[in-house]
Amino acid sequence: MALLLAQIAALVRKDVLTELRARESITAMLAFSVMALVMFNFAFRLRVDDFRPLVPAVLWVTLIFAGTLGLSRTLSAEQVNQCLDALLLAPLDRSAIFVAKAMTNLLFMLLTATVVLPLMAILFGEALIQPGIVLVLISGVVGYAGAGTLIATMAISTRAREVFLPILLFPLVLPLLVASVIATAGFLDQLPFEDFGSWVGVQLAFIVLFWSAGVLLFEYLVES
Amino acid sequence: MLIAENLSLFFGVRPVLRGVSLGVRRGEWVVVLGANGAGKTTLLRVIATLLRPAGGRLELNGVDALTHPARVRAQLGMVSHQPLIYPDLTASENLRFFGRLYGLSGAQLEQRVEHALREVGLWTRRHDRARAFSRGMTQRLSIARAMLHNPDLLLLDEPFTGLDQHSATTLAAMLRDLVAQGRAVLMTTHELGRGLDGVTRALLLKGGRIEAELREHITPEALTALLD
Repeated sequence: MALLLAQIAALVRKDVLTELRARESITAMLAFSVMALVMFNFAFRLRVDDFRPLVPAVLWVTLIFAGTLGLSRTLSAEQVNQCLDALLLAPLDRSAIFVAKAMTNLLFMLLTATVVLPLMAILFGEALIQPGIVLVLISGVVGYAGAGTLIATMAISTRAREVFLPILLFPLVLPLLVASVIATAGFLDQLPFEDFGSWVGVQLAFIVLFWSAGVLLFEYLVES
Repeated sequence: MLIAENLSLFFGVRPVLRGVSLGVRRGEWVVVLGANGAGKTTLLRVIATLLRPAGGRLELNGVDALTHPARVRAQLGMVSHQPLIYPDLTASENLRFFGRLYGLSGAQLEQRVEHALREVGLWTRRHDRARAFSRGMTQRLSIARAMLHNPDLLLLDEPFTGLDQHSATTLAAMLRDLVAQGRAVLMTTHELGRGLDGVTRALLLKGGRIEAELREHITPEALTALLD
């Protein structure tokens, strides 16, 4: 178990170090998020007086689209010099590669969220930085990182993976998007938790489902 | 050490390996020859457990590769067409990373990294990113990666391709040293003119089958005759 954790830590560390050097995913995710929020803000100000009902949807659509930019790099970065083969040659449980990749994606998305959330709070003038919303955001991003990494793995062997990834991923994460938007709105509108708590449950179920599926299916997906 | 019996593999309905059987013992350097598309790379990938054969038996040091692939992977190293090296990491960062995947850590890891980099003559360039390396240096780093965990069997797929004469000579000398240390080398090549001094056996792969074998007098001329 200690070896497995050390291998996962090595994989995550390598991905973070590579990203710090190349700055391909994070830069794209942050730039996209900021641009999207600014454009949403300008567009809404032309016709909308009350932003609040729109804010949860804007937050999640921005995060999901930005996350896709990072996801598409998840395994394609391993195709440079065919490094994926080197990972598959190592004597490690291949599900460790999935867990490490999903954790790296989670890390990058959380980093993006730490910029998106305060920026939205400023642009839209809403109290978004509160414990409930932060928890909903973390669980939503954990679920999205699991599902996204799994689908990105499936897309890796396709020729048009940049197109294939969102086409397959977005319909799949629709339940997560709905749950996250409703739960975020619940905390934003200070509704009783009983009114929207079941949607947090949907988020948690999504996490269990897709992280388990990734762990179980990753080896089969990379071999095929 | 390595026993492969009756290995078969299909890409779709097309047979790529048709009942390939071969054995490699410690201290042997076996070269697999064949024209493009003969199945050389596929054979190495099957032995490396990167591809699962449709049929047959594969064992390394008595461990069944089909039921315990991870245990087999721990005992082999592979140098492929591609270097399998991260270009944005330095030479030592690359080796440290792969060493950790093989369960190395602490002082042992640092010692192995230093030893491997000195062996391939890249110790003075250890802080340089792999992106800045020439083809020959990248290939040497790739060999250091493959040897880092002291594997019993080294698989090399066309290792001399793209190397200048000096790098090819250095690589051949390294392989001879490894074989002298009791390790086994299984290599594919279609370059018969260089780097094959020290080869102990040559196999001809044709149409997914081992068609011929050469056990002595392995000269470029004999290999050319075998290939023809």
